[in-house]
Amino acid sequence: MSSIAQKKGFGATIWDFMTTVDHKKIAILYLMSGGFFFLVGGIEAMLIRIQLVKAGNDFLSAGTFNEVITMHGTTMIFLASMPILLAFMNAVMPLQIGARDVAFPFLNSLGFWLFFFGGIFLNLSWFMGGAPDAGWTNYASLALASEGHGIDFYTLGLTISGFGTLIAGINFLVTIINMRAPGMTYMRMPLFTWTTFVASALILLAFPPLTVGLFFMVFDRLFGASFFAVEMGGNTIIWEHLFWIFGHPEVYILILPAFGIFSEIFAIFSRKRLFGYTALVFATILIGFYGFMVWAHHMFTVGLGPTANAVFALATMIIAVPTGIKIFNWLLTIWGGNISFSVPMIYAVAFIPTFVAGGVTGVMQAIAPLDYQLHDSYFIVAHFHYVIVGGVVLAILAGTHLYWPKMFGTMLSEKLGKWTFWFFFLGFHLTFFIQHFLGLMGMPRRVYTFGADQGWDLFNAISSSGAILMATGVIILLVNVVMTIVKNERIGNDPWGDGRTLEWAIPSPPPFYNFAQTPLVRGLDTYWIEKMDGNKKGMIFAEPLGDIHMPNGSIIPFVISLGMFIASFGALYFMDGKPWALAVLIGGLTLMFASMLVRSLKDDLGFHITKAELLEDAKGGNTDGH
Amino acid sequence: MAHDTHVHVRSQAEFEYVKKKRAEEMRGHLATFAIMIFLTLIAFTMVAAGFSVYLIVPIILLLAGIQVVLQLYYFMHMSGKGHGMIAFFMFSGMFVAFITVLTFVTIIWW
Amino acid sequence: MDINQKYTPQSWPDHPETATLEGKNKFVGFWLLLAAETVTFASLFATYLALKDKGPSGMEFSAAGLFELPLVFAMTMILLTSSLTSVYAMHHMKNYNFKAMQAWLAITVLLGLTFLGLEIYEFNHYVHIGFGYTNSAFSSAFFTLVGTHGAHVLFGLSWFIALMLRNAKRGLNMYNAPKFYLASLYWHFIDVVWVFIFTVVYLMGVIG
Repeated sequence: MSSIAQKKGFGATIWDFMTTVDHKKIAILYLMSGGFFFLVGGIEAMLIRIQLVKAGNDFLSAGTFNEVITMHGTTMIFLASMPILLAFMNAVMPLQIGARDVAFPFLNSLGFWLFFFGGIFLNLSWFMGGAPDAGWTNYASLALASEGHGIDFYTLGLTISGFGTLIAGINFLVTIINMRAPGMTYMRMPLFTWTTFVASALILLAFPPLTVGLFFMVFDRLFGASFFAVEMGGNTIIWEHLFWIFGHPEVYILILPAFGIFSEIFAIFSRKRLFGYTALVFATILIGFYGFMVWAHHMFTVGLGPTANAVFALATMIIAVPTGIKIFNWLLTIWGGNISFSVPMIYAVAFIPTFVAGGVTGVMQAIAPLDYQLHDSYFIVAHFHYVIVGGVVLAILAGTHLYWPKMFGTMLSEKLGKWTFWFFFLGFHLTFFIQHFLGLMGMPRRVYTFGADQGWDLFNAISSSGAILMATGVIILLVNVVMTIVKNERIGNDPWGDGRTLEWAIPSPPPFYNFAQTPLVRGLDTYWIEKMDGNKKGMIFAEPLGDIHMPNGSIIPFVISLGMFIASFGALYFMDGKPWALAVLIGGLTLMFASMLVRSLKDDLGFHITKAELLEDAKGGNTDGH
Repeated sequence: MAHDTHVHVRSQAEFEYVKKKRAEEMRGHLATFAIMIFLTLIAFTMVAAGFSVYLIVPIILLLAGIQVVLQLYYFMHMSGKGHGMIAFFMFSGMFVAFITVLTFVTIIWW
Repeated sequence: MDINQKYTPQSWPDHPETATLEGKNKFVGFWLLLAAETVTFASLFATYLALKDKGPSGMEFSAAGLFELPLVFAMTMILLTSSLTSVYAMHHMKNYNFKAMQAWLAITVLLGLTFLGLEIYEFNHYVHIGFGYTNSAFSSAFFTLVGTHGAHVLFGLSWFIALMLRNAKRGLNMYNAPKFYLASLYWHFIDVVWVFIFTVVYLMGVIG
């Protein structure tokens, strides 16, 4: 927490965060809520592993188990991984390109609140008649048959948070296209900015099919449409296609920013310029491009026909090429570097073999005939946890340690960080490596229990014990966070000592206008260049000190999201024949549209920070501007 | 976000030139509109005349494609300066749109 | 940017929509939104094509028997013309002629309202003969595709009207010029989608 926040009253701080349009505060909001959902998803994971610890266990009922696995997947993908990555993008990307702000500060806030209310809505299902239970992929034939309102919480909740993510994507894209500092050409952008750019492009083009699919599902279940109802001429495969046209790019939306974080870490902690920067950039773009042409490899067993399967199998295998290019570039970045094994670097080094293992099993599954054997088995579960935990979650943990000082101005403990790493890393491999073999032995995914005579007891017990280690690691991280906040030892601009990019050239946390003077970028690794030139200021300036224009805060994003949240309850209970449902639906929509109208009719021109105030700031003191 | 736009007052000659350019551009837009109406008429007439399906479908899809190009490049000025990234994203969107439609008319399994 | 800055036709910039950084951001962001909308409509079109004429066994409705071309032709002409009138409006916006711009926008809005009225009439007709939203997969897909386009028309009209009323007294400035420009871009995009709707849904529907 910034020291400024503590000086204000609690209520004032809450109000400040509710109305903020500052990308750094929005980053904190994303990190806190994403972290919260990460814990929720983690608890669900522990429930799954407890249930599967022995044969014939009755810790969870079959129905509850379905709800838990569905919510675990959905929460981890949509409400934990993506928001935490969005937190780092918000916190760091504008600083890396030398921008004072994002392109759409208001929309940035709206994006967060939509995600937040969507996530809350989805999780309220636990308390309002049962969670969704058709798997995180929510296949239509299961979803249409599901009783209660669980699936409706899923569709409406993801629709709301999906809008939020789309808005965030557009915001980042425009920020990178329009707001780069002078001299910051595309080929001088740090890798994390590049991966943010490509991931945002994927968000832009992949979320619409999901939104359309979710709308179909809402209309089918709540308003009597029949897109997926076979007896009415509908087709359940349409859902699968729409879901995976979104779903596969989604995997790259998660992994590309993770690659970006690791690229930064390898360069910083090897004290070397990234090897093959250009190749890394083009590999990123290629992965983004191919990401849209492989979705049907999730559907090999649906019966699309040998031609389609062959095309999608080949396209899938091709993706291994740009990914391989990246792996070798990282290895060659470390090669001959002056390496310091700080916590982020340990995660990065551990990431390489782990992710390669996940990639190799991915290529195995790309072979369509083999996939007929592996489909829906624990082999698949092992594979996607190797890429998502081994890639994305390791990057999130590494990024948390790397960027914590920049976001909060104080450093997480290295010692506890290493403990977290070893518990989490060993626990992870213990949990999931063995699941490959469970899959090969025939254990199907999503089963709530198994028989004692099936020979899966020992491996499941080992897997569950690994989960306990992972949970221990996360708990140590929480302790670390609390201790760090309590100690609150302030640090300077460049706490790692070897920062290469612009975010390390400014105070931690940065003032709310980021750069008093816009920097002039002279090449890749801007800050490093200035350091090597002995420039004590860390950058050269593109403009004289002058007034800065900043946007006003606003509560409207919160209200718009609240309106959608309320309207969703109306839609949800509409078909139950509850008389108040329609009123709630209309009321929520009215609130939403009215606040949108207020936003568009009221001029919001922002305010100026004067040169005098900037000079005052430079002497030390106020970094908050209020 | 310092961006006070500097007001540039054109000379009379410059102003006349810009105005003339705009008027020419507007005449171009009228011609574009005439072409669009004409293409629409062809499409509807072909269907009304009852030609073979295998002739009509490719031709009316082609006509629709031409109309879209006209809208994007003339009415929406996508060829203008500073539209490079925009064109890239629009074409990426069209690419995803194309493979989506292609999928749904070929490998939707019944 | 000073919202009270007074302009003359001589001092009004060539591209007022991108003259400020805010304008440029809105401009690029809006185009990106249109790229996303392209994919949205593609998903709807794809689903429509997959579900065309599909229904419960013995369904009496088919695209060939249902659609009437004269009405669709009229709607098409109206929407195409409204695309031209919005071009005229932007022509006058660039010439800093506020009154002419408002007048052309008013015509655009009237044409749009006519289009919407015809669409409501058409939908009402279908529902009346028993082809309601819940009739079949075909009807769900049809109404969702064409109805989503209709919702876009409604939103575009509301946007135009709100902008016209809000700025009626104060004329053009650097703050609202990008907004007018984007609303007209949106209107063109709606027309682009309609070109595919009349081709793929109606013309290809009628020939079976």
